[in-house]
Amino acid sequence: MKALNIISLGYRATLEEQDDTIVWLTHAMRGAGADIDILLRGSAVNYVVKGQAVSPLAIGGREQKHAPDVYGQIETLSEKGARIYVLAEDLKQRGLKQAPRLDATRIVSDDDLPELLGGYDAVWHW
Amino acid sequence: MTTTLTFALMDAPFEASRTATVLRLIDDAIDKGCNINVFAYEGAVYLPFALQAPHANAVHGRDIDEEDHPLPREWIAALMEKAKRWDVAFDWVNCGLCVDERGASEAIEGVRRGSPADFWTMATSSENTLVVGTN
Repeated sequence: MKALNIISLGYRATLEEQDDTIVWLTHAMRGAGADIDILLRGSAVNYVVKGQAVSPLAIGGREQKHAPDVYGQIETLSEKGARIYVLAEDLKQRGLKQAPRLDATRIVSDDDLPELLGGYDAVWHW
Repeated sequence: MTTTLTFALMDAPFEASRTATVLRLIDDAIDKGCNINVFAYEGAVYLPFALQAPHANAVHGRDIDEEDHPLPREWIAALMEKAKRWDVAFDWVNCGLCVDERGASEAIEGVRRGSPADFWTMATSSENTLVVGTN
């Protein structure tokens, strides 16, 4: 079976979880033998933009030592063989069309979605 | 052939009506004789948390019995019982790491600890899978 995880809410829970929960889930499931790719849309398209970083954070003296690195998460996922699709219209809407991004990114448009989604046995929109 | 359906949930209890909707879908699926798999991810591991307790509600002017506060753990237990009566399988897996970080280990009977690998196994052995993420 081949599945596609669609992520539309960027940076959801990343502060406490230290990663994107669905990118993490995809890593874990691929580690268990799952064949899963990622489609980023909405605010999550920013995940592939280069140069992003989270500054160190401390709350009441409790320091967050390992900040989330969603770009790095996506990069290592692509290195493991996952395809990383990003929706062109959502990049454009956010002024990110020309932003430097992960080389492995595959840009798709709204019009491409029927064919893309049709190529998967399961499509999970988180 | 019996149909098997998998549901992946992510919302914590009480904050989202999506969960109640999914539980209703599961209820209907049992009515139709479907085997049910549930993978509870992130805050959803608290849905079958055994220490959920009802309370009175002074704003409503009701005592604890009159208020009859709905608890997700009771709905889940009821679905498990219903699945037994209908002789269909019902497998609820809580993501173990999500349980640990929340201290949610005290789940009702019938809930088992698992991992994302269980979700993949459930999905690949099901006719269809519905994921309900947090929004």
